[in-house]
Amino acid sequence: MKLEVNGEITQLNEGASLHDLVIKLDIVGQRIAIEVNQEIVPRSQHALHKLNAGDKVEVVRAIGGG
Amino acid sequence: MSEQNDAMVIAGKRYLSRLLVGTGKYKDMQETRLAIEASGAEIVTVAVRRTNIGQNPDEPNLLDIITPDKYTILPNTAGCYTAEDAVRTCRLARELMDGHDLVKLEVLGDQKTLYPNIVETIKATEILVKDGFKVMVYTNDDPIVAKQLEEMGCVAVMPLGSLIGSGLGILNPHNIKLIMEAANVPILVDAGVGTASDAAIAMEMGCEGVLMNTAIAGARNPILMASAMRKAIEAGREAFLAGRMPRKRYASASSPLEGIIG
Repeated sequence: MKLEVNGEITQLNEGASLHDLVIKLDIVGQRIAIEVNQEIVPRSQHALHKLNAGDKVEVVRAIGGG
Repeated sequence: MSEQNDAMVIAGKRYLSRLLVGTGKYKDMQETRLAIEASGAEIVTVAVRRTNIGQNPDEPNLLDIITPDKYTILPNTAGCYTAEDAVRTCRLARELMDGHDLVKLEVLGDQKTLYPNIVETIKATEILVKDGFKVMVYTNDDPIVAKQLEEMGCVAVMPLGSLIGSGLGILNPHNIKLIMEAANVPILVDAGVGTASDAAIAMEMGCEGVLMNTAIAGARNPILMASAMRKAIEAGREAFLAGRMPRKRYASASSPLEGIIG
């Protein structure tokens, strides 16, 4: 299935969870926050949260800024 | 007065440093870390961005260098031009910081001036305060707006000295004084400081603290400037507490007039 991750079309297997996406992005264990269709999904729920085709996912982290 | 007795209190937490620093525009993580250590800052701002933007795979994560156990991390909403985007960013920041809910709200008006959009700032403040955030708000130097933001529940109000990244110093000290006179929450100058004397002036005026980024990161030697800023903030604070002498139009001799030879 296709979904949008940080503005880019991304391919994932049907039934994939948010944690599967985190593995695919190679950011397991990093300090990140994720929003699916503008709703925050808490880190504790990543493995339980099933993604759907067309979902819009934002994955963010802290970077330098004032 | 000992340092211990002169803490700055924000949202119920005591800080011995009145200098708040950003983490943007540094050459690399090493320079970021050294500059922040030299500044003595306890509150450090960070931006929230997509993981694939500006990421160097070899570079460690900022929060592994500037760690939340050592610093109070203050996520900002830089780059947001609407209340909606700012609120979304704050909610992501809270998740990122495991529920830590102190945020720096800035909703900008345009890219040329990065001047705050007050209408959107007020809208975002209302939502964030209701949602339990502790909001330190970036605003213009309008005393009425500053008071309204305080009354809405912001834990600190942070008027600009001059435009973000301009280094022009505090262009309207009279307004900053009006804001401080009316305030019941800490007033910090955010943006505009160019060099150490600007920071000292803000503190001599009685500001609770100063937030800066480019003045340090944009200096030829950022680590040395961070140290200069630490001293300027401390010197300015002590001068404020000491109370300056009155200005006079004519000279007043420092040495006794009696016993002059001849």
